Amino acid sequence: MTEAVITARQFDDAQQQRSASDLGIWVFLASEVLFFGALFAAYAFTRFRYPDAFAAASRLTDVALGSVNTGVLLTSSLTMALGVRAAKLGARRALIGWLAATAALGLVFLAIKGGEYYLDYTQHLVPGLNFQYAGPDSRQVELFFYLYFFTTGVHALHLIVGIGIVCTVAAMAWRGVFSPDYFTPVEVGGLYWHLVDIVWIFLYPLLYLVSRA
Amino acid sequence: MSAAAGTPRETYLNAGFTLWSWLSSVDHKRIAILYAISITGFFFIGGAAATLIRLELLTPAGDLVSADTYNKLFTMHGVIMVWFFLIPSIPSTLGNFLVPLMIGARDLAFPRLNLASWYLYVLGGLFTVAALVAGGVDTGWTFYTPFSTMFSNTHVIAAAAGVFVVGFSSILTGLNFIVTIHKMRAPGLTWFRLPLFVWTMYATSIIFVLATPVLAMTLFLISIERFFGVGIFDPALGGDPLLFQHLFWFYSHPAVYVMILPAMGVASEIITCFARNRVFAYRSMAYAVLAIAIIGFLVWGHHMFVSGQSIYAGTVFSILSFLVAVPSAIKVFNWTATLYKGSISFDAPMLYALGFVGLFTIGGMTGLFLASLALDVHMHDTYFVIAHFHYIMVGGAVMAFLGGIHFWWPKITGRLYSDGWARFAAILIFFGFNLTFFPQFILGYLGMPRRYHEYPPEFQVLNVLSSAGASILAVGYLLPLCYLFWSLRRGAPAGPNPWHAKGLEWRTPSPPPTHNFASIPVVTEGPYAYATPEAAGD
Repeated sequence: MTEAVITARQFDDAQQQRSASDLGIWVFLASEVLFFGALFAAYAFTRFRYPDAFAAASRLTDVALGSVNTGVLLTSSLTMALGVRAAKLGARRALIGWLAATAALGLVFLAIKGGEYYLDYTQHLVPGLNFQYAGPDSRQVELFFYLYFFTTGVHALHLIVGIGIVCTVAAMAWRGVFSPDYFTPVEVGGLYWHLVDIVWIFLYPLLYLVSRA
Repeated sequence: MSAAAGTPRETYLNAGFTLWSWLSSVDHKRIAILYAISITGFFFIGGAAATLIRLELLTPAGDLVSADTYNKLFTMHGVIMVWFFLIPSIPSTLGNFLVPLMIGARDLAFPRLNLASWYLYVLGGLFTVAALVAGGVDTGWTFYTPFSTMFSNTHVIAAAAGVFVVGFSSILTGLNFIVTIHKMRAPGLTWFRLPLFVWTMYATSIIFVLATPVLAMTLFLISIERFFGVGIFDPALGGDPLLFQHLFWFYSHPAVYVMILPAMGVASEIITCFARNRVFAYRSMAYAVLAIAIIGFLVWGHHMFVSGQSIYAGTVFSILSFLVAVPSAIKVFNWTATLYKGSISFDAPMLYALGFVGLFTIGGMTGLFLASLALDVHMHDTYFVIAHFHYIMVGGAVMAFLGGIHFWWPKITGRLYSDGWARFAAILIFFGFNLTFFPQFILGYLGMPRRYHEYPPEFQVLNVLSSAGASILAVGYLLPLCYLFWSLRRGAPAGPNPWHAKGLEWRTPSPPPTHNFASIPVVTEGPYAYATPEAAGD
């Protein structure tokens, strides 16, 4: 696959095309940060207002499952990074393997998260469906769980999209589209995956850890 | 470069004649036309709502429509005009068409993404039209909670979904422009040789990318809250409606700069061309564009002076709002200085541009009244506010949009329109606009609140003046539609550069070929080199 890099008609050369794609995904990620930024702002605002209720509510989350899931997602970022490296080296089989591992870890995360949602449901912690809480500040505890479901839900949506992207890139790798000269989709998909990971790295302590001591 | 107009050659217009060749085109110029047609449609839907509002306000009694219908009318007017006309107006039509041409590129960096943006726009528009047809929305364009989440019985979720989707169209357009301007400039075209229009597109794109996602998330929060009956804006749970206002205005104030910055870019291009003068203090103009975009992110709290925001926050937001007037004033002074000792001709685009400068100045100055804490307590939610922002958005942004359409029409279509009719329309719009909105400053100062379909009889004279102005304005807006369409069939061929303007877009034939330039131009001089000897004959 030498010199088979396809340059779209609007670009002068492959180098310009690649740097445009790189900048494009970074700009998109900046937009994503602000997208989640609104949620983090809402969380901070509500938490500062009701520290006690948020502390009590935070202790109701399942820290064991949350921690395992954090490990799963961090590992998936590792496999993604190794996949990008494999693409750089032109190791097609390794690339497909790492991408498959990444997608699989993403699915594991979603499965654990789904199980966690189910446990929350059985404990009557889902606002709008069956929320019941006997302690003080029950309405504010409900607010915490509303934010918990909203933020983790939006994150899970991003992860589903990410799994779709990783599978698409893996299929492209299968067809032999990539070479050491051209692997932009791997890189772009990887950056998106890492962003989804980073969002979780902020969500995990905010929802599970902060008031647990 | 010789004019080849009249002889059959390949242009972006004759590259395909089927409807599908347009709907599937990734050519930025064709996508610009798709946008132009769609936003014009929405402009007249929003305009129809405005017409009914002004008819209702002819008399003090609420006799034409019911209070509920009136609420829906001003909501749809606001939603459609803001998100489906003003925000995409200049960036998605003129910006789409001109950015690649002005920087000497063959297309935007991501042409398919560009087409996807238009489809998202259409999808968002369908949601909104569906909400309209199903019975409308009555929350006001601002969707304030808790009314929008708990009390309104109208189609809030459908309308919010429409705005949510169209937001992604903005984000993707912004992303495309940022990457294109960074990566695809022609050889020799350094940042400080860029036309100011490109600078304004760049600043606007930054706002698109960084502010729009916050609105998207906020509307998502509202929809979920409304659907499940629980959420962070609900005071019954300990949530706070004020939080909604913070998030909403974090987007919606910068969105005002999305409307006005491109208008400033258009005015800069037109004024230098018809004054045959370099733009005065080019670098300060470019820096002012960036300053407006950046400070514009920090002034949102001035919408909330009377909402229960702390007085200290109010003071800071007030000071920052005054600060944003500085770069805006720099631009007005520099346009004026550009005219000084220029060789001015009053062609139609110039009339629109000069109208823009005057109306923007009034709109901006009255903004300072509203940025003052004490005065705002008196004028908040009155017609003074309505008049102020219509001077910016209609007097400013729409005037400049029309100016830009007239300026680049020969480039876009290859045809000349009737200059006499165009000048007449420009003057008509200027007078119609002032007659419509100047009385509203007085009405507001006297205390007439916005968003009521009835009013005390002593306000009638001014309201009748305003409605009379609106009818003139409506004729003014319909006229260009007529003579511009006429020019498509009967207009004289324009040639590549009818205005003898500077800028790369004038160095390719009109209408441009699909790939924009026969060969990529090399730039050897700064922008607006009008004072040079060859300027007249280029």
